[in-house]
Amino acid sequence: MSDVHAQTVPFVRKSMLPEAEPPARQRGVPLWLRENLFSGWFNTILTILGAAAAIWLVASILPWMLRGVWNADSLRECRDIVIERYGEGVTGACWAMIRERWPQYIFGMYPQDIFWRPTLAFVLLLVAIAPVLYLSLPRKLLIFSALYPALAYWLLWGGTIWLPVMVLVGFALGWGALRLVLPRFGAIVATAVAVLVPVLWWGLLAGDAAQDLQGLVPLALRPVGSAAFGGFLLSFVLGVTGVSLSLPLGLLLSLGRRSDLPLIHYLCVGFIEFIRGVPLITLLFTASLLLNYFLPPNSDFDIILRVIIMVTLFAAAYIAEVIRGALAALPRGQYEAADALGLDYWKAQRLIILPQALKISIPGIVSTFIGLFKDTTLVVFIGLRDPLKGVTDMIRQTTAWKGIYWEPYIFVGALFFVICFSMSRYAMYLERKLERGH
Amino acid sequence: MTDQALHPDAPADAALHGDPAKMQISDEVAIRIAGMNKWYGSFHVLRDIDLTVHRGERIVICGPSGSGKSTLIRCINRLEEHQSGDIIVDGTELNSDLKNVDKIRSEVGMCFQHFNLFPHLTILENCTLAPIWVRKTPRKEAEETAMHFLRKVKIPEQADKYPGQLSGGQQQRVAIARSLCMRPRIMLFDEPTSALDPEMIKEVLDTMIELAEEGMTMLCVTHEMGFAQAVANRVIFMDQGQIVEQNEPHEFFRNPRSERTKLFLSQILGH
Repeated sequence: MSDVHAQTVPFVRKSMLPEAEPPARQRGVPLWLRENLFSGWFNTILTILGAAAAIWLVASILPWMLRGVWNADSLRECRDIVIERYGEGVTGACWAMIRERWPQYIFGMYPQDIFWRPTLAFVLLLVAIAPVLYLSLPRKLLIFSALYPALAYWLLWGGTIWLPVMVLVGFALGWGALRLVLPRFGAIVATAVAVLVPVLWWGLLAGDAAQDLQGLVPLALRPVGSAAFGGFLLSFVLGVTGVSLSLPLGLLLSLGRRSDLPLIHYLCVGFIEFIRGVPLITLLFTASLLLNYFLPPNSDFDIILRVIIMVTLFAAAYIAEVIRGALAALPRGQYEAADALGLDYWKAQRLIILPQALKISIPGIVSTFIGLFKDTTLVVFIGLRDPLKGVTDMIRQTTAWKGIYWEPYIFVGALFFVICFSMSRYAMYLERKLERGH
Repeated sequence: MTDQALHPDAPADAALHGDPAKMQISDEVAIRIAGMNKWYGSFHVLRDIDLTVHRGERIVICGPSGSGKSTLIRCINRLEEHQSGDIIVDGTELNSDLKNVDKIRSEVGMCFQHFNLFPHLTILENCTLAPIWVRKTPRKEAEETAMHFLRKVKIPEQADKYPGQLSGGQQQRVAIARSLCMRPRIMLFDEPTSALDPEMIKEVLDTMIELAEEGMTMLCVTHEMGFAQAVANRVIFMDQGQIVEQNEPHEFFRNPRSERTKLFLSQILGH
């Protein structure tokens, strides 16, 4: 025993071992397969069942899709072509409907000769959101982003350009009033004045001013009513406006819910809980039907505007809760450090708390946005032509495409998927970009 | 460090630390706390605190956990609100007037146990944020000041990194630099080394000692008794929300008078 000990315990290595590869079974594809697909009898069975289900699904759908007909004028013609090509009893998709009717899916009943207007508005939308999404782009581009809503409104709805310009002037007046009053009378008075001045401007003067200016410099596009909007144009108008308005509103609500001032706190709690407590459909019906009872008779309050307000309020309540969760997750020390450095409440929120809270809440916020975008299809219930059912029903009512079923849903579903998936990928990109190594 | 504390007669490392007695203390009052009380609900955390701190004084506050020492210094910049008594910092009374609170906070620097750097900002941005947004210093000037203090705490090369990429000791030194960038007249330290590895404690203490040598008025809650011996003019021992004993460090360690202090010292130095 002691001999063995004497030989084994003292040890000096004479040469260092070279690095070696793990055995074949422990690396590369075999390892991955074994760890992920066949790591036990139960998982092996699941893998086989899963693979079989996937193969069966693809095998039953793919041929139908590939047999699809792209050139035809009616569903009847589609079916004849499939039978002619593949024989009696075989079915195939009829993509020809999409080929013929896609302008309606994109633009709804928007007048055909001015499709360039929504198209231009869409292209400019990409320009306007680029600096918002990508922080590396020059910040000066944000000026265009700020002007874009007015420009898009003018392009889409037409009419005189002076109306959106006068609305912008209202914002400028508010800003000017804030700068003028803030140093003299403090934050509360300044905020009140900054809200009151533009509201008075819009309510009393803006309309007349726009008319007078239109008389002086006539610059107008053919007006298009909200009833003509439909398809993805409608979804985008509702979705983009809802997203861009609900984030700031949700932010304020989340801060309000954490406020020490009881009035603000309970207002925000009440609002959030009410909105989250009722289905979106209820709010949409309220927008389309009930509001009319409260508005003065004959007042023309645009239906799309009403829906935008409801969708925004709905999403804002959810976003408020997502952000509140992130605010609660921030260590108390962050608030204390901001306080100790002498930052006031708004500066601390803006510079320290919200940048961190928003980063934490990116996944939740984007989920809410995706939900909001998909929920825009619910406007079909108040008579607007959403792409999924509104436009599809409209097309099915024509004799040529009566009876078509799967194709429109697949098409619209695919487009929704592309848009929502892009949002989710962007969120992942943003999270990675904001990662700060801890 | 323990060694020095065990033998209070041994001279402090004079070359490095200087002689506390020679540092200038003026007659000017920096902080006056009189008859201050604080409750958490019905729990009486601070009881009748009287404390006057002169400009240039360096005070170490020690005591068992829950004795109210952190709460005391957190009251000085109103991270905690006191319910009765007066706190006057640099001639400004700390009351519910937010202007006074902001004024005091911008003149009193504070370092926390967990550093509380802003993780989404670079080291440089951490240091320039308050000067730019509170003091309205031009960015360029704020950055120069920040680099000056980062050099002082010996980590100018980390300026463009994020706090998460630094060690604990480095983060605490950044936190000190961040406070100094506001040119505070008083510095508060709330257990600045308690969350650090032994190796990193020294680098932070060296920075604090250097600060003390320049005549900064400091209130420091710490258990680093070596630090207390090296730089403090006064050591305050707190227990159950009260100041139990205070003395200059030499006497405090050699001749503690209260039984409670004796017990505390024997516990923290006795191993």
